[in-house]
Amino acid sequence: MSNEFYRLRVNGVDHDVRDAWAGESLLYVLRERLGLPGTKGACEQGECGSCTVIMDGEAVCSCLVMAATAVEADIVTVEGLAVDGEPTDVQQSFVDAGGVQCGFCTPGLIVAVHHLLDRNPSPSDLEIKEAISGNICRCTGYGRIFEAVRQARDARAANKG
Amino acid sequence: MRSPIGDHSSEHWHMSITNATTIDEALAALAVNPKARVIQGGTDLMVEVNFNRTTIDSVVSLRRVAELRRWHVDDDAHTLRIGAGVPYAEMERPPLCDHAPALAEAARTVGSPQIRAAGSLGGNLGTCSPAGDGLPVLSALDAVVHLRSQSGSRDVSVHDFMVGVKRNVRRGDELIVAVTVPLVTGFQGYAKVGTRNAMVISAASACLVHDAVAGTVRLALGAVAPTVVRARGAEAWLASQTSLVGTPMVSEALAREFGARAAAECSPIDDHRSTAEYRRHAISVLAQRLLLRAATGSATALRGIRQ
Repeated sequence: MSNEFYRLRVNGVDHDVRDAWAGESLLYVLRERLGLPGTKGACEQGECGSCTVIMDGEAVCSCLVMAATAVEADIVTVEGLAVDGEPTDVQQSFVDAGGVQCGFCTPGLIVAVHHLLDRNPSPSDLEIKEAISGNICRCTGYGRIFEAVRQARDARAANKG
Repeated sequence: MRSPIGDHSSEHWHMSITNATTIDEALAALAVNPKARVIQGGTDLMVEVNFNRTTIDSVVSLRRVAELRRWHVDDDAHTLRIGAGVPYAEMERPPLCDHAPALAEAARTVGSPQIRAAGSLGGNLGTCSPAGDGLPVLSALDAVVHLRSQSGSRDVSVHDFMVGVKRNVRRGDELIVAVTVPLVTGFQGYAKVGTRNAMVISAASACLVHDAVAGTVRLALGAVAPTVVRARGAEAWLASQTSLVGTPMVSEALAREFGARAAAECSPIDDHRSTAEYRRHAISVLAQRLLLRAATGSATALRGIRQ
Protein backbone atom coordinates (compact mmCIF):
# COMPACT_ATOMS: atom_id res chain seq x y z
CA MET A 1 0.00 0.00 0.00
CA SER A 2 3.04 2.23 0.18
CA ASN A 3 2.55 3.71 -3.27
CA GLU A 4 -1.12 4.26 -2.79
CA PHE A 5 -3.02 6.57 -0.54
CA TYR A 6 -6.17 6.54 1.42
CA ARG A 7 -8.39 9.36 2.55
CA LEU A 8 -9.57 10.04 6.08
CA ARG A 9 -12.24 12.56 7.01
CA VAL A 10 -11.21 14.12 10.30
CA ASN A 11 -13.11 17.02 11.88
CA GLY A 12 -14.90 17.56 8.59
CA VAL A 13 -11.71 17.86 6.54
CA ASP A 14 -10.49 15.25 4.05
CA HIS A 15 -6.85 14.23 4.49
CA ASP A 16 -4.91 12.09 2.06
CA VAL A 17 -2.53 9.70 3.81
CA ARG A 18 0.35 8.82 1.50
CA ASP A 19 3.35 6.52 1.73
CA ALA A 20 2.10 5.02 4.96
CA TRP A 21 2.41 1.48 6.24
CA ALA A 22 -1.12 0.14 6.08
CA GLY A 23 -1.06 -1.33 9.57
CA GLU A 24 -0.67 1.99 11.33
CA SER A 25 -3.20 2.80 14.01
CA LEU A 26 -5.50 5.76 13.62
CA LEU A 27 -3.82 7.20 16.71
CA TYR A 28 -0.43 7.11 15.01
CA VAL A 29 -1.73 8.57 11.77
CA LEU A 30 -3.56 11.40 13.52
CA ARG A 31 -0.52 12.40 15.53
CA GLU A 32 2.39 11.68 13.24
CA ARG A 33 0.96 12.14 9.74
CA LEU A 34 -1.93 14.56 10.02
CA GLY A 35 -0.46 16.93 12.59
CA LEU A 36 -3.24 16.39 15.12
CA PRO A 37 -1.40 15.60 18.36
CA GLY A 38 -4.31 16.42 20.68
CA THR A 39 -5.22 12.73 20.80
CA LYS A 40 -2.84 11.10 23.27
CA GLY A 41 -1.30 7.64 23.19
CA ALA A 42 -0.37 5.70 26.29
CA CYS A 43 -1.25 2.03 26.62
CA GLU A 44 -1.89 1.28 22.92
CA GLN A 45 -4.12 -1.63 23.95
CA GLY A 46 -7.46 -0.02 24.67
CA GLU A 47 -7.11 0.18 28.44
CA CYS A 48 -6.53 3.87 29.17
CA GLY A 49 -8.87 5.84 26.90
CA SER A 50 -6.44 8.72 26.33
CA CYS A 51 -6.72 8.16 22.57
CA THR A 52 -10.53 8.36 22.50
CA VAL A 53 -12.04 9.79 19.33
CA ILE A 54 -15.54 9.75 17.89
CA MET A 55 -15.87 7.54 14.84
CA ASP A 56 -19.25 7.42 13.11
CA GLY A 57 -20.90 8.61 16.30
CA GLU A 58 -19.23 6.11 18.65
CA ALA A 59 -16.46 6.83 21.14
CA VAL A 60 -13.63 4.42 20.31
CA CYS A 61 -9.95 3.97 21.11
CA SER A 62 -8.07 5.26 18.08
CA CYS A 63 -5.11 3.02 18.97
CA LEU A 64 -7.28 0.01 18.11
CA VAL A 65 -8.51 1.33 14.77
CA MET A 66 -6.41 0.40 11.76
CA ALA A 67 -6.31 3.79 10.07
CA ALA A 68 -6.53 2.44 6.53
CA THR A 69 -9.84 0.76 7.43
CA ALA A 70 -11.33 4.05 8.66
CA VAL A 71 -11.94 5.38 5.17
CA GLU A 72 -15.46 6.75 4.73
CA ALA A 73 -15.81 7.21 8.49
CA ASP A 74 -16.59 10.51 10.16
CA ILE A 75 -13.82 11.02 12.69
CA VAL A 76 -13.91 13.73 15.33
CA THR A 77 -10.87 14.39 17.51
CA VAL A 78 -10.45 16.74 20.44
CA GLU A 79 -9.22 19.37 17.98
CA GLY A 80 -12.59 19.28 16.25
CA LEU A 81 -14.68 20.26 19.26
CA ALA A 82 -13.85 23.93 19.86
CA VAL A 83 -15.53 26.47 17.61
CA ASP A 84 -13.45 29.46 16.46
CA GLY A 85 -10.81 28.67 19.04
CA GLU A 86 -13.22 29.10 21.94
CA PRO A 87 -13.30 26.31 24.49
CA THR A 88 -16.46 24.21 24.52
CA ASP A 89 -18.69 24.14 27.56
CA VAL A 90 -17.13 20.83 28.60
CA GLN A 91 -13.60 22.14 28.19
CA GLN A 92 -14.47 25.24 30.22
CA SER A 93 -16.10 23.19 32.97
CA PHE A 94 -12.93 21.07 33.28
CA VAL A 95 -10.96 24.30 33.78
CA ASP A 96 -13.50 25.76 36.21
CA ALA A 97 -13.80 22.61 38.31
CA GLY A 98 -10.07 21.90 38.39
CA GLY A 99 -10.54 18.66 36.49
CA VAL A 100 -7.14 18.99 34.82
CA GLN A 101 -3.87 18.22 36.54
CA CYS A 102 -1.11 16.81 34.34
CA GLY A 103 -3.53 17.00 31.43
CA PHE A 104 -2.57 13.81 29.65
CA CYS A 105 -5.93 12.07 30.05
CA THR A 106 -7.86 15.29 29.46
CA PRO A 107 -8.34 15.16 25.66
CA GLY A 108 -9.74 11.62 25.84
CA LEU A 109 -12.02 12.58 28.72
CA ILE A 110 -13.25 15.71 26.93
CA VAL A 111 -14.14 13.63 23.88
CA ALA A 112 -15.84 10.96 26.01
CA VAL A 113 -17.86 13.57 27.93
CA HIS A 114 -18.98 15.32 24.75
CA HIS A 115 -20.07 11.94 23.44
CA LEU A 116 -22.02 11.31 26.65
CA LEU A 117 -23.77 14.69 26.84
CA ASP A 118 -24.60 14.76 23.14
CA ARG A 119 -26.34 11.41 23.55
CA ASN A 120 -27.77 11.86 27.03
CA PRO A 121 -28.02 15.52 28.10
CA SER A 122 -29.02 14.74 31.69
CA PRO A 123 -26.93 11.79 32.85
CA SER A 124 -27.15 10.57 36.43
CA ASP A 125 -23.96 10.36 38.48
CA LEU A 126 -23.83 6.65 37.78
CA GLU A 127 -24.24 7.20 34.06
CA ILE A 128 -21.40 9.71 34.17
CA LYS A 129 -19.17 7.17 35.90
CA GLU A 130 -20.14 4.50 33.38
CA ALA A 131 -19.49 6.81 30.42
CA ILE A 132 -15.96 7.72 31.51
CA SER A 133 -15.08 4.33 33.01
CA GLY A 134 -12.78 3.72 30.04
CA ASN A 135 -10.74 6.89 30.64
CA ILE A 136 -8.07 6.49 33.25
CA CYS A 137 -6.71 9.48 35.20
CA ARG A 138 -3.77 8.96 37.55
CA CYS A 139 -3.77 12.47 39.04
CA THR A 140 -7.14 13.72 40.10
CA GLY A 141 -8.83 10.82 41.83
CA TYR A 142 -11.77 11.68 39.55
CA GLY A 143 -13.64 13.87 42.04
CA ARG A 144 -13.06 17.11 40.15
CA ILE A 145 -13.61 15.38 36.83
CA PHE A 146 -17.06 14.21 37.97
CA GLU A 147 -17.73 17.73 39.22
CA ALA A 148 -16.73 19.15 35.83
CA VAL A 149 -19.15 16.84 34.04
CA ARG A 150 -21.95 17.71 36.46
CA GLN A 151 -21.29 21.42 35.89
CA ALA A 152 -21.41 20.99 32.12
CA ARG A 153 -24.59 18.93 32.41
CA ASP A 154 -26.29 21.45 34.69
CA ALA A 155 -25.22 24.41 32.55
CA ARG A 156 -26.68 22.78 29.46
CA ALA A 157 -29.94 22.12 31.32
CA ALA A 158 -30.06 25.75 32.56
CA ASN A 159 -29.40 27.13 29.07
CA LYS A 160 -32.16 24.98 27.67
CA GLY A 161 -34.67 25.99 30.33
CA MET B 1 4.74 6.29 21.07
CA ARG B 2 6.18 3.35 19.20
CA SER B 3 6.88 4.01 15.55
CA PRO B 4 5.34 1.31 13.36
CA ILE B 5 7.63 2.52 10.59
CA GLY B 6 10.81 1.82 12.44
CA ASP B 7 9.60 -1.49 13.74
CA HIS B 8 8.62 -3.06 10.44
CA SER B 9 11.21 -4.26 8.01
CA SER B 10 10.75 -3.48 4.37
CA GLU B 11 9.33 -6.85 3.42
CA HIS B 12 6.35 -6.11 5.63
CA TRP B 13 5.90 -2.61 4.31
CA HIS B 14 3.64 -3.82 1.56
CA MET B 15 0.41 -4.75 3.18
CA SER B 16 -2.84 -4.99 1.33
CA ILE B 17 -6.12 -3.96 2.87
CA THR B 18 -9.54 -4.86 1.58
CA ASN B 19 -12.20 -2.59 3.02
CA ALA B 20 -15.15 -4.84 2.26
CA THR B 21 -18.64 -3.39 2.19
CA THR B 22 -20.45 -6.70 1.68
CA ILE B 23 -19.92 -10.27 2.87
CA ASP B 24 -19.37 -11.32 -0.76
CA GLU B 25 -16.55 -8.80 -1.16
CA ALA B 26 -14.89 -10.08 2.00
CA LEU B 27 -15.26 -13.71 0.85
CA ALA B 28 -13.77 -12.88 -2.55
CA ALA B 29 -10.73 -11.37 -0.86
CA LEU B 30 -10.37 -14.36 1.47
CA ALA B 31 -10.68 -16.78 -1.47
CA VAL B 32 -7.72 -15.07 -3.13
CA ASN B 33 -5.71 -14.90 0.08
CA PRO B 34 -6.87 -17.29 2.81
CA LYS B 35 -3.94 -16.16 4.97
CA ALA B 36 -5.35 -12.64 5.23
CA ARG B 37 -6.16 -11.50 8.73
CA VAL B 38 -9.78 -10.55 9.33
CA ILE B 39 -10.43 -7.41 11.35
CA GLN B 40 -13.79 -6.30 12.73
CA GLY B 41 -13.50 -3.98 15.74
CA GLY B 42 -9.72 -4.28 15.97
CA THR B 43 -9.63 -4.72 19.73
CA ASP B 44 -7.62 -7.95 19.49
CA LEU B 45 -5.70 -7.62 16.23
CA MET B 46 -4.50 -4.06 16.75
CA VAL B 47 -2.97 -4.93 20.11
CA GLU B 48 -0.89 -7.55 18.31
CA VAL B 49 0.04 -5.04 15.62
CA ASN B 50 0.84 -2.21 18.03
CA PHE B 51 3.17 -4.43 20.03
CA ASN B 52 4.73 -6.08 16.99
CA ARG B 53 3.53 -9.50 18.06
CA THR B 54 2.51 -10.40 14.54
CA THR B 55 3.47 -9.76 10.96
CA ILE B 56 0.63 -9.30 8.58
CA ASP B 57 0.72 -9.05 4.83
CA SER B 58 -2.94 -8.62 4.17
CA VAL B 59 -6.06 -7.63 6.02
CA VAL B 60 -9.74 -7.92 5.25
CA SER B 61 -11.66 -5.30 7.19
CA LEU B 62 -15.31 -5.91 8.01
CA ARG B 63 -15.92 -2.56 9.63
CA ARG B 64 -18.12 -1.35 6.79
CA VAL B 65 -20.05 -4.60 6.22
CA ALA B 66 -23.53 -3.59 7.37
CA GLU B 67 -24.88 -7.13 6.86
CA LEU B 68 -22.76 -8.37 9.76
CA ARG B 69 -24.26 -5.83 12.16
CA ARG B 70 -27.83 -7.10 11.97
CA TRP B 71 -29.67 -9.37 14.36
CA HIS B 72 -33.15 -10.76 14.35
CA VAL B 73 -35.49 -12.93 16.38
CA ASP B 74 -37.22 -15.85 14.71
CA ASP B 75 -40.43 -16.21 16.69
CA ASP B 76 -41.38 -19.52 15.07
CA ALA B 77 -38.04 -21.18 15.69
CA HIS B 78 -37.58 -19.44 19.08
CA THR B 79 -34.09 -18.39 18.11
CA LEU B 80 -32.00 -15.25 18.04
CA ARG B 81 -29.50 -14.78 15.22
CA ILE B 82 -26.79 -12.21 15.89
CA GLY B 83 -24.52 -10.95 13.14
CA ALA B 84 -20.84 -11.48 13.82
CA GLY B 85 -20.18 -7.73 13.78
CA VAL B 86 -22.87 -6.59 16.20
CA PRO B 87 -20.94 -4.67 18.88
CA TYR B 88 -21.18 -5.53 22.58
CA ALA B 89 -22.59 -2.04 23.16
CA GLU B 90 -25.71 -3.14 21.30
CA MET B 91 -26.01 -6.45 23.18
CA GLU B 92 -26.05 -4.71 26.55
CA ARG B 93 -28.92 -2.37 25.64
CA PRO B 94 -32.60 -2.87 24.89
CA PRO B 95 -34.02 -4.35 22.81
CA LEU B 96 -31.30 -6.93 22.18
CA CYS B 97 -30.46 -7.41 25.88
CA ASP B 98 -33.98 -8.71 26.56
CA HIS B 99 -33.58 -11.67 24.21
CA ALA B 100 -30.39 -13.09 25.68
CA PRO B 101 -29.90 -11.69 29.20
CA ALA B 102 -26.71 -13.65 29.90
CA LEU B 103 -25.18 -12.27 26.73
CA ALA B 104 -26.11 -8.78 27.88
CA GLU B 105 -24.52 -9.43 31.28
CA ALA B 106 -21.36 -10.73 29.63
CA ALA B 107 -21.28 -7.80 27.21
CA ARG B 108 -21.42 -5.33 30.13
CA THR B 109 -18.26 -6.87 31.59
CA VAL B 110 -16.22 -6.45 28.43
CA GLY B 111 -13.55 -3.75 28.67
CA SER B 112 -14.62 -0.11 28.58
CA PRO B 113 -17.45 1.61 26.69
CA GLN B 114 -14.92 2.32 23.94
CA ILE B 115 -14.07 -1.38 23.65
CA ARG B 116 -17.72 -2.41 23.75
CA ALA B 117 -18.46 -0.04 20.88
CA ALA B 118 -15.94 -1.99 18.78
CA GLY B 119 -15.82 -5.61 19.99
CA SER B 120 -18.13 -8.31 18.65
CA LEU B 121 -18.97 -12.00 18.95
CA GLY B 122 -17.34 -12.61 15.57
CA GLY B 123 -14.12 -11.23 16.96
CA ASN B 124 -14.49 -13.18 20.22
CA LEU B 125 -14.98 -16.41 18.26
CA GLY B 126 -12.28 -15.60 15.74
CA THR B 127 -9.70 -14.90 18.46
CA CYS B 128 -11.02 -17.83 20.52
CA SER B 129 -9.28 -16.87 23.76
CA PRO B 130 -10.37 -19.12 26.65
CA ALA B 131 -11.09 -15.86 28.52
CA GLY B 132 -13.39 -14.39 25.84
CA ASP B 133 -16.45 -13.11 27.71
CA GLY B 134 -18.97 -13.97 25.02
CA LEU B 135 -17.88 -17.58 24.68
CA PRO B 136 -19.24 -19.11 27.93
CA VAL B 137 -22.63 -17.66 27.03
CA LEU B 138 -22.54 -19.16 23.56
CA SER B 139 -21.48 -22.49 25.08
CA ALA B 140 -24.21 -22.52 27.75
CA LEU B 141 -26.77 -21.67 25.07
CA ASP B 142 -25.47 -24.37 22.69
CA ALA B 143 -25.00 -21.72 20.02
CA VAL B 144 -24.52 -22.51 16.36
CA VAL B 145 -21.76 -20.65 14.50
CA HIS B 146 -22.56 -19.80 10.89
CA LEU B 147 -19.54 -19.86 8.57
CA ARG B 148 -19.56 -18.87 4.93
CA SER B 149 -17.07 -19.06 2.09
CA GLN B 150 -17.29 -18.75 -1.67
CA SER B 151 -17.70 -22.52 -1.83
CA GLY B 152 -20.65 -22.62 0.53
CA SER B 153 -21.99 -22.27 4.04
CA ARG B 154 -21.72 -24.49 7.07
CA ASP B 155 -23.11 -24.43 10.58
CA VAL B 156 -20.88 -25.61 13.40
CA SER B 157 -21.83 -26.14 17.03
CA VAL B 158 -19.87 -23.72 19.20
CA HIS B 159 -18.57 -26.74 21.12
CA ASP B 160 -16.95 -28.06 17.93
CA PHE B 161 -15.89 -24.62 16.76
CA MET B 162 -13.45 -24.00 19.62
CA VAL B 163 -10.57 -26.47 19.50
CA GLY B 164 -7.80 -24.94 21.61
CA VAL B 165 -6.21 -21.81 23.00
CA LYS B 166 -6.83 -19.23 20.26
CA ARG B 167 -7.62 -22.05 17.82
CA ASN B 168 -10.86 -22.74 16.03
CA VAL B 169 -12.08 -24.60 12.97
CA ARG B 170 -12.59 -21.56 10.75
CA ARG B 171 -10.80 -22.10 7.44
CA GLY B 172 -8.83 -19.21 6.01
CA ASP B 173 -11.31 -18.70 3.21
CA GLU B 174 -14.26 -18.64 5.58
CA LEU B 175 -15.93 -15.81 7.44
CA ILE B 176 -17.86 -16.11 10.70
CA VAL B 177 -21.07 -14.41 9.65
CA ALA B 178 -23.42 -14.95 12.60
CA VAL B 179 -24.35 -17.06 15.60
CA THR B 180 -27.76 -18.44 16.48
CA VAL B 181 -28.87 -19.07 20.05
CA PRO B 182 -32.20 -20.37 21.34
CA LEU B 183 -34.60 -18.08 23.18
CA VAL B 184 -34.84 -19.73 26.59
CA THR B 185 -37.52 -19.28 29.25
CA GLY B 186 -35.89 -19.11 32.64
CA PHE B 187 -32.99 -17.51 34.44
CA GLN B 188 -29.69 -16.97 32.66
CA GLY B 189 -26.69 -15.21 34.05
CA TYR B 190 -23.00 -14.54 33.59
CA ALA B 191 -20.43 -13.91 36.29
CA LYS B 192 -16.69 -13.45 36.27
CA VAL B 193 -13.81 -12.60 38.52
CA GLY B 194 -10.61 -10.80 37.69
CA THR B 195 -8.01 -8.86 39.56
CA ARG B 196 -10.38 -5.91 39.94
CA ASN B 197 -14.05 -5.24 39.44
CA ALA B 198 -14.07 -3.57 36.02
CA MET B 199 -11.98 -3.23 32.87
CA VAL B 200 -10.56 -6.64 33.45
CA ILE B 201 -9.95 -9.83 31.55
CA SER B 202 -11.49 -12.86 33.25
CA ALA B 203 -9.40 -15.01 35.55
CA ALA B 204 -12.45 -17.27 35.72
CA SER B 205 -15.96 -16.89 34.39
CA ALA B 206 -19.19 -18.86 34.26
CA CYS B 207 -22.51 -18.73 32.45
CA LEU B 208 -25.57 -20.58 33.73
CA VAL B 209 -28.72 -21.02 31.67
CA HIS B 210 -31.84 -22.49 33.25
CA ASP B 211 -34.43 -23.76 30.80
CA ALA B 212 -37.50 -23.79 33.02
CA VAL B 213 -39.63 -25.47 30.37
CA ALA B 214 -37.28 -28.30 29.41
CA GLY B 215 -36.11 -28.63 33.00
CA THR B 216 -32.36 -28.31 32.38
CA VAL B 217 -29.51 -26.24 33.74
CA ARG B 218 -26.48 -25.65 31.55
CA LEU B 219 -23.22 -24.32 32.92
CA ALA B 220 -20.23 -23.17 30.87
CA LEU B 221 -16.87 -22.20 32.35
CA GLY B 222 -14.39 -19.69 30.93
CA ALA B 223 -10.65 -19.12 31.39
CA VAL B 224 -10.17 -22.42 33.21
CA ALA B 225 -9.28 -24.74 30.30
CA PRO B 226 -7.81 -24.42 26.79
CA THR B 227 -11.30 -23.63 25.54
CA VAL B 228 -14.54 -22.75 27.24
CA VAL B 229 -15.90 -25.99 28.72
CA ARG B 230 -19.28 -27.25 29.80
CA ALA B 231 -19.66 -28.72 33.27
CA ARG B 232 -21.78 -31.58 31.99
CA GLY B 233 -21.17 -33.74 35.04
CA ALA B 234 -22.41 -31.05 37.39
CA GLU B 235 -25.38 -30.38 35.09
CA ALA B 236 -26.41 -34.06 35.07
CA TRP B 237 -25.87 -34.41 38.81
CA LEU B 238 -28.07 -31.39 39.52
CA ALA B 239 -30.85 -32.76 37.31
CA SER B 240 -30.73 -36.01 39.30
CA GLN B 241 -31.11 -34.16 42.61
CA THR B 242 -34.02 -31.81 41.99
CA SER B 243 -36.70 -31.01 39.44
CA LEU B 244 -35.57 -28.19 37.20
CA VAL B 245 -38.96 -27.53 35.63
CA GLY B 246 -40.29 -24.16 36.74
CA THR B 247 -38.44 -22.43 39.56
CA PRO B 248 -35.98 -24.97 40.98
CA MET B 249 -35.81 -25.68 44.69
CA VAL B 250 -32.16 -25.22 45.57
CA SER B 251 -30.77 -25.40 49.09
CA GLU B 252 -27.46 -23.78 49.90
CA ALA B 253 -25.96 -27.20 50.42
CA LEU B 254 -27.10 -28.32 46.99
CA ALA B 255 -25.68 -25.18 45.38
CA ARG B 256 -22.39 -25.69 47.21
CA GLU B 257 -22.11 -29.26 45.96
CA PHE B 258 -23.00 -28.09 42.44
CA GLY B 259 -20.19 -25.55 42.64
CA ALA B 260 -17.71 -28.13 43.90
CA ARG B 261 -18.62 -30.52 41.09
CA ALA B 262 -18.27 -27.76 38.49
CA ALA B 263 -14.84 -26.85 39.88
CA ALA B 264 -13.77 -30.48 39.55
CA GLU B 265 -14.56 -30.38 35.84
CA CYS B 266 -12.23 -27.56 34.88
CA SER B 267 -8.51 -27.79 34.22
CA PRO B 268 -7.07 -24.38 35.05
CA ILE B 269 -3.43 -23.34 34.90
CA ASP B 270 -1.18 -20.90 36.71
CA ASP B 271 -0.44 -17.88 34.54
CA HIS B 272 0.07 -14.12 34.74
CA ARG B 273 -3.58 -13.51 35.56
CA SER B 274 -4.20 -16.03 38.30
CA THR B 275 -3.39 -19.43 39.74
CA ALA B 276 -5.01 -22.79 39.06
CA GLU B 277 -5.98 -23.11 42.70
CA TYR B 278 -7.68 -19.72 42.83
CA ARG B 279 -9.43 -20.30 39.52
CA ARG B 280 -10.85 -23.61 40.71
CA HIS B 281 -12.08 -21.98 43.90
CA ALA B 282 -13.57 -19.09 41.92
CA ILE B 283 -15.48 -21.47 39.67
CA SER B 284 -17.01 -23.23 42.68
CA VAL B 285 -18.21 -19.87 44.03
CA LEU B 286 -19.45 -18.52 40.68
CA ALA B 287 -21.38 -21.70 39.87
CA GLN B 288 -22.92 -21.79 43.33
CA ARG B 289 -23.85 -18.12 43.15
CA LEU B 290 -25.41 -18.40 39.69
CA LEU B 291 -27.48 -21.42 40.72
CA LEU B 292 -28.79 -19.61 43.80
CA ARG B 293 -29.65 -16.64 41.62
CA ALA B 294 -31.53 -18.99 39.28
CA ALA B 295 -33.46 -20.38 42.22
CA THR B 296 -34.42 -16.96 43.53
CA GLY B 297 -35.04 -15.53 40.07
CA SER B 298 -32.90 -12.51 40.83
CA ALA B 299 -31.47 -11.21 37.63
CA THR B 300 -28.87 -8.54 38.14
CA ALA B 301 -30.50 -5.17 37.83
CA LEU B 302 -29.04 -2.52 35.61
CA ARG B 303 -28.70 -0.42 38.75
CA GLY B 304 -29.86 2.81 37.22
CA ILE B 305 -27.90 2.70 33.98
CA ARG B 306 -30.17 3.90 31.19
CA GLN B 307 -28.72 2.87 27.89
